[in-house]
This record gives sequence, structure tokens and C-alpha cells, in this order.
Amino acid sequence: MSARETILARLRANRPAGDFPLPDVPRFPPLVGDDLVAEFTERLGKMGGRVERAGSPSDPFAPVRSRLDGAAVIASAVPEFSGNRDLAAVAMPTEVNDVDVAVVRARFGVAETGSVLFTQDDLIVNAVAYLAQHLIVLLDPADILVNVQAAYKRPDFGQAAYAVLHTGPSATADIEGVLIHGAQGVRSLTVLLLQRKKQAA
Amino acid sequence: MSADDLTPRQTEGVLHPEVRAPSDESERGPGGERLQHAEAASKPIRADAPREPQPRGAKVRGNRPIDQAEAAERFLAAPMHQKAHDERLWDVRRKRDVAAHGIPEWEELRELASQIKTHTLTHLDRYLEQFEAAAQANGVHVHWAEDGADHNRIVLDILRKHGAKSLVKSKSMLTEECGFRHFMAAHEIDVIETDLGERIQQLDDEEPSHVVMPAVHKTRLDVAEVFARTLGTDPDNDDAHYLAESQRETTRPLILKADAGLTGCNFAIAETGTVVTCTNEGNADLSGNVPPLQIHSIGIEKLIPRVEHLGVFIRLLSRSALGSPITQYTSHFRGPRPGTEMHMVLVDNGRSERLGMEEFWTSLKCIRCGACMNTCPVYRRSGGLSYGATYSGPIGLIIDPTFNKRKYSTLPFSSTMNGSCTNVCPVKINIHEQIFAWRKVLAEEHRIPLLKQGMMKAAGAVLSRPAAYRAAIQTADSALRVLPRFAVYNPANTWGKKREMPHAPRQSFHAWYRENRMKKGQDA
Ligand code: SF4
Repeated sequence: MSARETILARLRANRPAGDFPLPDVPRFPPLVGDDLVAEFTERLGKMGGRVERAGSPSDPFAPVRSRLDGAAVIASAVPEFSGNRDLAAVAMPTEVNDVDVAVVRARFGVAETGSVLFTQDDLIVNAVAYLAQHLIVLLDPADILVNVQAAYKRPDFGQAAYAVLHTGPSATADIEGVLIHGAQGVRSLTVLLLQRKKQAA
Repeated sequence: MSADDLTPRQTEGVLHPEVRAPSDESERGPGGERLQHAEAASKPIRADAPREPQPRGAKVRGNRPIDQAEAAERFLAAPMHQKAHDERLWDVRRKRDVAAHGIPEWEELRELASQIKTHTLTHLDRYLEQFEAAAQANGVHVHWAEDGADHNRIVLDILRKHGAKSLVKSKSMLTEECGFRHFMAAHEIDVIETDLGERIQQLDDEEPSHVVMPAVHKTRLDVAEVFARTLGTDPDNDDAHYLAESQRETTRPLILKADAGLTGCNFAIAETGTVVTCTNEGNADLSGNVPPLQIHSIGIEKLIPRVEHLGVFIRLLSRSALGSPITQYTSHFRGPRPGTEMHMVLVDNGRSERLGMEEFWTSLKCIRCGACMNTCPVYRRSGGLSYGATYSGPIGLIIDPTFNKRKYSTLPFSSTMNGSCTNVCPVKINIHEQIFAWRKVLAEEHRIPLLKQGMMKAAGAVLSRPAAYRAAIQTADSALRVLPRFAVYNPANTWGKKREMPHAPRQSFHAWYRENRMKKGQDA
């Protein structure tokens, strides 16, 4: 018998007696107030991320300008900003190791936790969200969902090959409980609230 | 590749320009406030504090019963370590309480999580088949492993087919169970841990001491010593930022050069064939997204039916573990990146057997949050390595004997039976009742050699210093609430006699004793 058959047979033979139905999961009231932007901002802040509102239409990136100015290599996955590293041309993920700042757009945000979601389509190169030193995330305020439960109702999780909720930068407290950002992945995460460009009709 | 292959710049631990000046403080938020997210903050130990060698864990001698009490004595004899450990874990436990109280439906979530797990475990054959079919439809190679040896062989096979010589992995208790690292070392595959805590443990040639915080038993002085020895850092610099940054700078080249990446699994979704990992460092995402070959090791009990159920478990996991609403990264791996291969290994390693153990099968619901350890007075005061097993603390006491009844026969006695573990468990495992059930089983099978030396010696060693013990539970409403009465006044209990304990009504103890002990005879 193959390992598969052995394991399945043992599970059937050892199945505890009784009827254990799958419970329905009720829809819980959101933990957050009506101002989703404010709730998102506060909660992401607690997780070590920052939220900025977009600058004027002529320069929406003004609030993160200082971060961008100090960067030698900028990889952008969004049409609103052109970096100097073309993610579409990357053959191996390791090539993005020298990226200082990556600019990406989140599919949605979650007010309960201050999280943003990316799929492989949003990141173009998944690894850029971890190998870059800093992450700038564009998020349309209209894309903020109330809670984790609402997030898991979204179809993205069943469709994307890779989907990830980011809640602030890479963090560790493995050395005596001292909180440190940039343990392995990005050192900072800044969300820039910027409306999605309307798709051309 | 090993640390020897690093360039001088890498071994010298040259710091990224952004690393902060040495400081005793954790990161601060935009408003200047000290951030407390996701991880705990302990009182820093002064850099000029006297050095105290790190107490090592239990002496493991083949199949012989682990002497947890002996290892616990040594941990207690290192006051700096004991205090830091205790305080850190109690801090995390308190954060968990705050997070739990912040959700009105907390108890309802626990009940739901428990029921979902119970349902899945009692229909596990079906859900595994569904998972396998979904994963294969996503282009994933699915393997089945009966035990740890099977798992290791399967992974080695995959690596050999790809000519892979090095592997980066994210923390996975399952692979610890399988002795994966040692097996791979014997087959000349370099395994590099990417979780900072786990990396510290790897470099120090120790097992993780906690399921969530692998190096929680070490002080920063210990880490400085390990890194100086293995990474070439400055032995006199024990600043946590410096140490973490040195590790980042030396590990990243290894991640970039790795031929394969392996992650564990927090949840596996039958409906979609997805593997979910929860980390704070993003290291599972590095392991899964950087090397050209990706492997996920999955304990078969990790299955849940549908994506919507994550809405229950994700809300419970990090709040129970560290008190944060969610981990920094919650990652959903469903299919391979274009041009690469993705493998999933479904591992049994005793789980299907445990399903048939009437009193212990619900321990399979465990989501490895660590809450039961953080709240356990014995664990906090003895350190995870004193258990001499992959799983320590209250949940370890239940599942370790299912792996080896002789070797771990003494562990179910390393508990005060205060029930706190059961109260915090997010999936409502009746932990302390199962610990008690093990004592009965072991007593009946005469597998308790230590019993002769004094009932409850293991817990006794930890609790034998009343002042320190009371300090350990200072935040509890009263010592009486958590002190196990039978443990204190049991006449068979050698350590209960020699110290002063808070007054407790003897009557109720005797009632308990008559009910639970007398009828079992003198040896129970
Ligand atoms: S037994 Fe419960 S509390 Fe302990 S680690 Fe498992 S899920 Fe967490």
C-alpha cells in the first residue's frame, strides 16, 4: 500500500465516533467605526507601518518624496510612477536584491488589522516585496474592507497563485523582546492613499 | 554554502547604513511612542549586567525518560535567564488577554474554531483528498509521507532531481519533529534557517525552545556570544539592533544563493489547495518566492475546509500567540510561479494514530499559537529546552508521549494542573484534563520511574521557591487561584511539605484527593 493509502485508511479506521457537523460562521459586526481610513491608519500605525495621503494631483508622491530621493534603485509595479528598474524584465527573483524602494499597488486594505493584500499580479515579481529595502504601497481609500472576515470573502484567495496580507514592515523581537523592523524583509512600509486610475473604457 | 564561504564584508557584519545607533529601545512609531506590535517587549537587561552562562536543556539519552526536573533545576539556578524568560512570556500572555478582550465575540470564535477543527479531523480523509485534487489542479506536486523519515527522503529526492545543494527554510515545527536539519546535513545539503530566532538556535546547535519564539530562553548576551562565535560579530556588542542587522546581512546572501526553499504550514485549505503561513519577518515569503524550487511541508492536521474559515483562525492565531491582531505577513501559496516547480508534502508522523486515541485525539486541533506555554508557570520557570522534546509546555505534555511513551513518560507530571492553559487555548483543547489522563495511563502502565523519587518532582523543582514562584504569578489575582491544591498538600508529594504555602481549605483538597487519588491506590 502506498503511504497515501495507508494514511487515508488509518484515518478512516481511527475516526472518532460521533456526529461533528461543520458550523456556520456568522457574520460578525466589524470591530471598527465608520471612518475606515482613520481606523486603517491607526491600526497599521500600531503594526509599524505609516499612512500618507496623496499630495496634489500634480505631485501625488510628494509625501514620500524624501524616501524616493534617497533611493538609487526604484522598482515600480504601478503606472502612476516610473522607477528605474523594470520589473517586467526581471528573469530571476534574485535580481531585485539591490532594489532600495519598491512601489506597488494593494488590491485592498483591511481596517480591522491595517493590512494590505497583494497577489502575484500586483507585485509582478513576488520577491520584490521582501528583498527591497522599503515598500511604498498605493491604496485606494475605496478599497478598504472592514475586517478580516470580509477580506476572506474576496475571490482573490481562490484565484491567485500567491496572495499575501502585509501588515507593516518585516518585524522581529527574537532577541530579548526588542522590537526590530527589517528582520529579513522590508525595513519600512508606507501606504500612500491614492485613488486607482480609472480603467480606459 | 556555509558561513565560511562568505566574503570578509559579510562575516565582518558590516551594517547597512540605516541601522540605528545602539540603543536599548524598541522601534518607535511616527508619534514617538514605543511600538508594541506583534512581538513582546521585555525589560532590557543592562549591558553591564554580569554574564551568566546560558543553562542548557534536558540531557537526552536515547530512549531513557527525560529528567525535566533536573534541567529545570539548572534553569532556575540561572536567575538572570529565569527572570527574563518568565517576564517576557508573562508580558506576552498579558498582551494576549488585552487582544482577546478587545473582541466581543472572542468566546464564540474559540467555539467556532474548535468545532471547525473537530469536524475537519473527523472527516480528514475526505478533506485531504479534496486538498490533493485542488493542489494538483493548481499544478502542484503532492506527496504523502507516513513518518518523518519518509518526509525527509521525499524532500531529498526532490532536491536531488533538481541538483539542489542548499535550501532556505522558514520555521516549521513539523520539520523539527522529522529531524530534517540533521538528516539533510548528513546528505550534504545546506539548510539555512531564515527566522531570526530559529537561525540563532541553528547557529548555537540547539532546538527551538518555543513554538513561536524559538530563542526566547536566550538573553541578548547569549545571542552576542553565539553570533561572535559563528558570524564574527563584535563579542562586546550586545545591542539587539546590531545583532539582528548582522544576521540579516549574513543570511541574505545565503537566501539569494539557495537552490530551494521550504516552508511549514499554519493552515491548509481543502477547497483551494492553498498553504497558509503566518510570520512576522516575511521569511516564509522569502523561502517561497526567491529560490527556483519551492516545497511546503504540511502536517495533515493543518487542514481546514474553506477559505472563509481563515476568517476565524487568523483572527485568533496572532492574538493568542503574541497579542497582535494579525502577524505582519499572512501568506497564501496556491500555485507555482511561472517556470518553477512547487511541491507539497502531506505528513502523518503519528497523527492518524493519535486520531484513534479516545482521550487525546482533540490535541490534533492545536494551531501552535504557544498561548498555553506563555501562561504555564512551569514552562515560564523552566524553559522550553528542559522538556527535551520538540513540543514543550502544556501541549507538549500531551503530544510528546504519543511520539514515545517511554522517553516522554515523565513530562505529564511537569504541570501544576492549574487549568490556565485550557482557558487560553484558542481551539478549546481541554489541555489540563488530557495531562491528567496521561498520568493515569502512565501510572497504569507503570511507566513512571521518577514517581518513586517523589510525586510531582518535575513541577516541584520549578515551584520549590515560594518567593520566586509568587513573583512569577504576581499578576494573577491571588496565588491561591493558580496553585494546585492537590499538588501542594498531597502527602505523597515530597516538595509540598517543606515550604510555606498560602492557606487553602484542606477539606476541599481531601475531597478531591479521595475522589481522584485514593481509589487509584498508593502508587497513583
Ligand atoms: S494547545 Fe492551544 S494554546 Fe497551546 S499551542 Fe496549541 S492552540 Fe495554542
